[in-house]
Amino acid sequence: MARTVLQQADTARALTRISHEILESNRGADDLVILGIPTRGVLLAERIGRLIVEIEPGEGTDAGLTGARRDAADLVGSLDITMYRDDLSKHPTRTPQPTQLPRQGIDGKTVVLVDDVLYSGRTIRAALDALNDLGRPRAVRLAVLVDRGHRELPIRADFVGKNLPTSRDERINVRLAEIDGVEEVTIEG
Amino acid sequence: MRHLLSTKDLSRAEAIQILDIAEDMADVQTREVKKLPTLRGKTVVNLFFEDSTRTRISFEAAAKRLSADVINFAAKGSSVSKGESLKDTAQTLAAMGADGVVIRHHASGAPQVLAQSDWIDAGVVNAGDGTHEHPTQALLDAFTMRRRLHPGASRGKDLDGVSVVIVGDILHSRVARSNLWLLRALGAQVTFVAPATLVPVGASTWPVELSFDLDATLAATRPDVLMMLRIQSERMNAAYFPNAREYARQWGLSDERLARLRPDSIVMHPGPMNRGLEISAGAADSTQSTVLEQVANGVSIRMAVLYLLLSGEREALS
Repeated sequence: MARTVLQQADTARALTRISHEILESNRGADDLVILGIPTRGVLLAERIGRLIVEIEPGEGTDAGLTGARRDAADLVGSLDITMYRDDLSKHPTRTPQPTQLPRQGIDGKTVVLVDDVLYSGRTIRAALDALNDLGRPRAVRLAVLVDRGHRELPIRADFVGKNLPTSRDERINVRLAEIDGVEEVTIEG
Repeated sequence: MRHLLSTKDLSRAEAIQILDIAEDMADVQTREVKKLPTLRGKTVVNLFFEDSTRTRISFEAAAKRLSADVINFAAKGSSVSKGESLKDTAQTLAAMGADGVVIRHHASGAPQVLAQSDWIDAGVVNAGDGTHEHPTQALLDAFTMRRRLHPGASRGKDLDGVSVVIVGDILHSRVARSNLWLLRALGAQVTFVAPATLVPVGASTWPVELSFDLDATLAATRPDVLMMLRIQSERMNAAYFPNAREYARQWGLSDERLARLRPDSIVMHPGPMNRGLEISAGAADSTQSTVLEQVANGVSIRMAVLYLLLSGEREALS
């Protein structure tokens, strides 16, 4: 039996709040890079990027474009972590997804990693390793739509859409309109 | 995927998957840190019974960029020259804990024997066996074509409707055979052009057009891709054509033939080139030539293949 815990409006509100929190903690959108972890983290990162541009359309100084409007494409990217996973030899071979960084790179930036569900923390550990090979950010933060607990590593999220206490046998399904046709977060027991 | 022995076994979906993973691997080659931790702790043995520099170092670079440990085993100066059998060599490698074996052998079918035996439980990659197949070369050729035909947007694409003309020593060429099966799987049209003495018996049953006249074929097909094969003097133990000048005049890619190609046609060569024989220096160094891209793409393709064979849970023997 699946129980719906977040509906479309809840997700939209959570992402708006997270976008504001990111801007607040970064004191604006300068030197900010939002990197989504495939598959659904990338879609969430794109939405957060659009929200941030809506909230602070002001002068983007990043690319030397003083006075120009900020563009979400300069803010958002994707970070594939397949090659950095610690459980590759325990599953059938996975197909990696592309990694795309905004053109100004991540050196000296504040990078916000975005994923749909935070669980054991192993995906984020892999993402931190992958970032290390791509450059040296000034700081790395973590935003997730759902934190379901059961961490296996000393990792925590800075921006959380919803904390959902779960048991290990339950499954969390995040469905997003772009690829799933519906927009909801459900728990299957 | 457990082994890569032949491109004949590859479905269209599998081929596109390998090419797409190679795109990700190619992105890694452009980074400052060109290394991935994916195969840490795995051991890849390059088992080369036949001379090769570029294929071996390409596999070596690929394995090292995935953080695997690499052992190079060349038959010359090894116990093989003292008469050790393939079985004993394989069992020795198994005892050393090899997870993957990249094998090149002068006998067609040697990689198959190794893969089907119970001598060693490792993923086997065919790096060229006799006159049979050279699958990673065909994959890197297809990858190079796809990148040239769809610049910046090659992911997920096939080669439907692309016309490819392969010229030269088809008889001894494992590159031509592997390319034919793979290009057909990806939807391309293939024509072989060769002197009648260098066309294998039975080629008429293959899904390929055969021609003996390069000029007529170039005029008729206006190909997207022209691939020149190396004249393998080490395999030329009979008089297949009168002499080198005659061959170059009839079947070589001269500057004059290059000028008659479509300006967007690409010229490929698996290397090493015999300049002045099958390809002129002007054609080899022209902007239409992809010879150096093929070398760079070779590392990406071999990384993709090693990743697919060695990273996941070992599939049970079927």
